[in-house]
Amino acid sequence: MTGQNTRDAARLVADLPPTPAAWCSGLRKGYRRRQAVDDVSFQVGRGEVVGLLGPNGAGKTTVIKMLLGLVTPDAGEAMLLGRPAREPAARVGVGYLPELFRYQPWLTAAEVLTLHVRLAGANVPRREQRDCLELVGLADRAGDRVGGFSKGMQQRLGLAVALVARPELVVLDEPTSALDPLGRADVRDIVLSLKSRGVAVLLNSHLIGEVERVCDRAVILDHGRVVASGTLAELLGTRELRLRLTDLTPAAEARLTATGTVNRQGDWFTVALPAVEDDTTVPDLVRDLAAAGVRLHAVEPARISLEQRLLGILRAENARAESENAENKSAGNKSAENGSTR
Amino acid sequence: MTTVRTVLTIAALTLREASRRRVLWALAVLTVALLGLSAWGFSRLLAESGVDLTSGQARLVASQLLNLVMFGFSLIAALGTAFLTGPTLSGETESGIALSVLARPIRRSALLLGKWLGLVAFGSGFIVVAGLAQCLVVLWTVDYWPPQPVTALALLAAQTTVLLTLGLLLSTVISPMASGVVAVGLFGATWVAGVVGGLGAALGNEGVARVGTVSRVLLPTDGLWRGAMHGFQDAAALADAGPGFDGFPFLSQSALSPAYLAWAALWVAMIWGLAATSFARKDL
Repeated sequence: MTGQNTRDAARLVADLPPTPAAWCSGLRKGYRRRQAVDDVSFQVGRGEVVGLLGPNGAGKTTVIKMLLGLVTPDAGEAMLLGRPAREPAARVGVGYLPELFRYQPWLTAAEVLTLHVRLAGANVPRREQRDCLELVGLADRAGDRVGGFSKGMQQRLGLAVALVARPELVVLDEPTSALDPLGRADVRDIVLSLKSRGVAVLLNSHLIGEVERVCDRAVILDHGRVVASGTLAELLGTRELRLRLTDLTPAAEARLTATGTVNRQGDWFTVALPAVEDDTTVPDLVRDLAAAGVRLHAVEPARISLEQRLLGILRAENARAESENAENKSAGNKSAENGSTR
Repeated sequence: MTTVRTVLTIAALTLREASRRRVLWALAVLTVALLGLSAWGFSRLLAESGVDLTSGQARLVASQLLNLVMFGFSLIAALGTAFLTGPTLSGETESGIALSVLARPIRRSALLLGKWLGLVAFGSGFIVVAGLAQCLVVLWTVDYWPPQPVTALALLAAQTTVLLTLGLLLSTVISPMASGVVAVGLFGATWVAGVVGGLGAALGNEGVARVGTVSRVLLPTDGLWRGAMHGFQDAAALADAGPGFDGFPFLSQSALSPAYLAWAALWVAMIWGLAATSFARKDL
């Protein structure tokens, strides 16, 4: 009977969906008067690459540190790979490259990796550790002391440290801040290869292009709050098509309007496309326009870049905050006036 | 099991840091210099005034000089470990080395214990090697062997442990440089308070004597140092010399009581506990 119960329980647990790689809810952290993080909630699914975006001082690094147990939150909960983040065991499958990276200068690159493998409690053979150094382009410097490394090389070493103990979740805080364009491309390839192996990645980067290329989803923080989050398609909203057309007939114009909202500037037409990508809308439209005798000079996709979208969100957020402040101020003045008249 | 492995890994790392950062090398140079100087001093003592001294007097002088040189070693050990302790914890926190280490599945208390063990091994190792070498130098030059060298060296190691534990606590709350300075400052102040207290006792002034007693309870470095001196010096020669040497800073009148040793152990445990609590709460 008991055996049956255990088997049932085991089946029940096995059927549960896998816990997220990282999950947090209602995280808050204040430093003296400043609220650095205010009610932040998001999650990183298994094998998912999530970008954390936002201006300087938005609280991105503090959120990451709270997830990793380096900073104690004032409120809220966080879980890593199904365990409460405050337990050290939650970090067994986690690799981390800090924003402020520095490694023991008196150790060699290979020794730093061995140290981290040992601290992670992992069993990674020397050859695999060497492969990890090779992946970040430090194979020929394995025996050199870290103290003599340039900042870019230390960041590469940091990447190797984050990857060496076979992590299931990799947290990269500004992983390309000290790297040249070649190094950035390497990091992009590494993130994509992690993604293909089903390793979840939480990526905090100023380089929006980088996030746009590799991330499945993005979370945008400003003033310690999540101001937007979603898949890139959701965040970027509608796609658009720009066309330069002459000899436009009324029938062709009707065909354009049937596709989506049209915006005209001289010969240039911008047509909003359905959010869901399909393989028929654009070719069909072009075919029909050509058949209607319209001369097509240019057809180009116009996608709002993540950068434009991010700036739009942040500006809107700032304007909202300012108007709120102004309202509070005038309310305060009013109550002060009321107080004085009484 | 994993905690034990973490502690041992960090302890080994701390020792490796001390050796790679040339701390060992610097200490070796200082030690050899002090040993050489003391060998020369002791041999001159015998050559120039040995004839006039009775054997009791010679032993007393040898005891004093041995204590003086040992004080030099304990100072080197204290300064060395205090200035090693600061950078190893708060320095790593400031520079960011601690971030990637503490993001591993380890407890902060395990990291702290590992550092502490490594530093204790380093400080005690230095004291034992340098102290033993000094005893051999004295034996070779003036044919004097201290009555309780093992106890005395153990007490010196304990003194170093007390100071580095304090340094560890300080380095969890203040900057690396400040923690070294404060630890060494307190060490010096307690020693001076001990000397003042000794003079007070010799002069029969209870109020002044209490200064030494209180400071020895607050920071047990000076008490342990006095216990160590007692193990190095010739008790019979001191007893023969009479009360003239009461209050002399490089001779100790009495051995340590077990109660004081227990207090010193408790003190270390308490300060370590405070350091662990403070470090566990620290936002990195």
